[in-house]
Amino acid sequence: MAQLSDSLLFVAVLVYAVAMLAFAADAASRRASRLLTVSEHGAVLVGAGGPTVQLSAAPTQRSGYAGTAAVALTLVGWIAHVGSVVTRGLAVDRVPWGNMYEFSTAAALVAVTGFLVLVLRGRVETSLGAFVMLPVVLYLGLAGTVLYTKAGPLVPALNSYWIKIHVAAAATASGAFLLSGVIALLYLLRHRFDARNDAGEPVHFPVTLGRSLPAAGVLDRAAYVVIAFAFPVWTFAIIAGAIWAEAAWGRYWGWDPKETWSFITWVLYAGYLHARATAGWKGRKAAWVAVAAAGALIIDYYVVNIFVVGLHSYA
Amino acid sequence: MTVTPQLETDAVRLSTQPEPVGPRTSRQLLAPARRAWRQLTSMRTALVLLFLLALGAVPGGFLPQRSLNPVRVDEYLRQHPTLAPILDRLSLFDVFAAPWFAAVYLLLFVSLVGCLVPRIRLHARAMRKPPPQAPGNLSRLPASAHWETRLSVDEVLASATRQLRGWRTVRHADAVGAERGYLRETGNLLFHCSLVALLIGIAVGQFFGFKGTVLVKEGDGFANAIANYDDIHPGRRFRQDSLVPLHFTLDDFRATYGADGKARTFDAKVRYAASPDAAETPYDIRVNHPLHVGAAKVYLIGHGYNVHVVVRDKDGQIALDASQATPCLPQDARFLSSCTIKVPDTRGPQLGFEGAFTPTTYQNPVTHRVASAHPAVQNPGLTIVGYSGDLGLDVGPPQSVYSLDKTHLTPLDNGRPHLLGPGETWKLPGGGSITFADVTEWSTFQVTQDPGKGIALGAAVGIVAGLCLSLFVRRRRLWVRARPGEGAHTVVEVGGLARTDAEAFAAEFDEIVGSLRREIPAPSAPTSSSKTE
Repeated sequence: MAQLSDSLLFVAVLVYAVAMLAFAADAASRRASRLLTVSEHGAVLVGAGGPTVQLSAAPTQRSGYAGTAAVALTLVGWIAHVGSVVTRGLAVDRVPWGNMYEFSTAAALVAVTGFLVLVLRGRVETSLGAFVMLPVVLYLGLAGTVLYTKAGPLVPALNSYWIKIHVAAAATASGAFLLSGVIALLYLLRHRFDARNDAGEPVHFPVTLGRSLPAAGVLDRAAYVVIAFAFPVWTFAIIAGAIWAEAAWGRYWGWDPKETWSFITWVLYAGYLHARATAGWKGRKAAWVAVAAAGALIIDYYVVNIFVVGLHSYA
Repeated sequence: MTVTPQLETDAVRLSTQPEPVGPRTSRQLLAPARRAWRQLTSMRTALVLLFLLALGAVPGGFLPQRSLNPVRVDEYLRQHPTLAPILDRLSLFDVFAAPWFAAVYLLLFVSLVGCLVPRIRLHARAMRKPPPQAPGNLSRLPASAHWETRLSVDEVLASATRQLRGWRTVRHADAVGAERGYLRETGNLLFHCSLVALLIGIAVGQFFGFKGTVLVKEGDGFANAIANYDDIHPGRRFRQDSLVPLHFTLDDFRATYGADGKARTFDAKVRYAASPDAAETPYDIRVNHPLHVGAAKVYLIGHGYNVHVVVRDKDGQIALDASQATPCLPQDARFLSSCTIKVPDTRGPQLGFEGAFTPTTYQNPVTHRVASAHPAVQNPGLTIVGYSGDLGLDVGPPQSVYSLDKTHLTPLDNGRPHLLGPGETWKLPGGGSITFADVTEWSTFQVTQDPGKGIALGAAVGIVAGLCLSLFVRRRRLWVRARPGEGAHTVVEVGGLARTDAEAFAAEFDEIVGSLRREIPAPSAPTSSSKTE
């Protein structure tokens, strides 16, 4: 069963990688078609000399053959991913998020799920796919190699029903936060692309990638939707962790490095939600706060577990 | 705290942010103070304070902290002789007790309260106030629709009021105003008030709480009194008489390990009673499974081994018998533990022993160094160096039971370590002997009383509930206006707006318009239109 779980994760990563290429192909073909439509419109404009109409319309909305294939591939990879997490749980006869490897694969599953939900409900366009799948593939690759832990039972402190609640909430929020971090970065890219373009300045790589991204407003809203979902979950994860800590360690809060970084992450996301509603902080600044918060989350999970000595130093 | 007005007409303002108060000449003296207050309670200041709070916590997440691990702080001070004292001066090893950290969070909470109080007042007023008058032109709202019907103005408005169930509605002369989603602001206020309550809960725990740790050997008991603890952390206003009068006896401690030496379970079997004359009840204290007695909780936080040795003096008289347990302190994950045995009651020079206990003893065949290969007792060994002379127990400052004062001691057998298995004896040079008789275990327990815990938990529930309401409830307004049109027709206009998530509102708006049209039908040939943006 453990073997099956490992193989399924390998399949998932492979399929995600192919999906990423398909998303990239989709974005490229879309850019080509957009260039075509724009020049057609240009021709029409010159011909008619009339008022400009619908320059920004249809072609960006519909995903082509490559886009559909990419979403389908992502779904296939997602099914393998779910299979991997479930079989891991069956193999170890407990919840499959007991160590860093398992946590990372579970968080990545949440990120991909979130992305699929956003795409299928039409909240974002498929052109985002390549940019989301690249970090997912890298992240899972890292989890499968560097952090890989053989299936096994837990240390006593983790042996509590709270692991189901606290870690599940933390993994869910982490996956969503990582997704929102990627979207916020893409927003910043798109924003810079737009700014350069408007100012008539030359655009260089990697800002040129902004061309194939959804509109800045769409990315901004998508990042917000994901964070608004993840923030209460994260809050709950911290509270569940505090209740668990009270049972396991005799205090509900003790500024253990993990607790400290969870607090920093929480405060930064609270800052993001406030910034997004404050004049002068909307848009670019708020997006930077979201990126910083995702950075704090990464420190919270990886740097603290690997380099800092504390009560969460297991696994 | 989350909304700022964008649409300026009063009717369409959804924000409950306080109106700016105009300066009054009679209060000119107070003007700077008022300006400072307004500055402090502004959203921008709150944001900056929030980021300062996160930034301030960063050193606490990277540097060792005295509250957690004073040994590592001392180590850090030794390793960084130039940098560390500067960091220390800035309280960076006690971040969460530092005055500057307190200044940031207290300012933040003052700003929060300063912002909350007027908003609670405004929200209470808004909850009582009927939805506002319809704006002049409903078609200019983000979502709007209009059609004609044969129903009269009154019939249209009465029907609209019926249809808008779940909305707070008010009937104006020619229109119905409706509003819902008040819970958004209620949740927002609940969230922020709960944060204040959380701070109060933490403060109560800090002031009136108590934490103490004690090492108990198998077979020994513990009675809850300040004097019986090894280490205590009482709150500033903690009173000794609020200690729960509990006592317990540790009958057995058991740890199980995997083949890899990783712990699987820890289990301390105790008998306890909540008062001196109550009957004792058995209980298993495990990790994640503390013992609750009244306001106190007893946690299992550590464990280790006791060695039992028999020491005879040069006349063959027993100076230390096997019933005496000497706790050894674990030094590594495989429970190589350091032991100190003091034997003051001898005829002749006093004896002292220092060494290591190894539960699964492994001796390197080349270096002869002794190590432990596994934390469970499989092949116990006691490696000791002996000393004779004066232990110095009668003079000078009180000394630790875990170390020997060697100023008046001379090593036996040139300080050579001797490895003893169970039952083995080392005949000491100059007479006497030491026999390694037995091994038992000890556990450390932490007793905690935190009277602020309940407040903090209640606050936590309020935080999550308030957060969900304020993020997922949408505040929205809707108006239905009916005015006489051409002929016997009545023109129906519907307009609405939502502060957040315009897309979801657009769908809801279409649904409402759909149901209104069913109830207020257009004449057979539809002359209607609707738009949402």
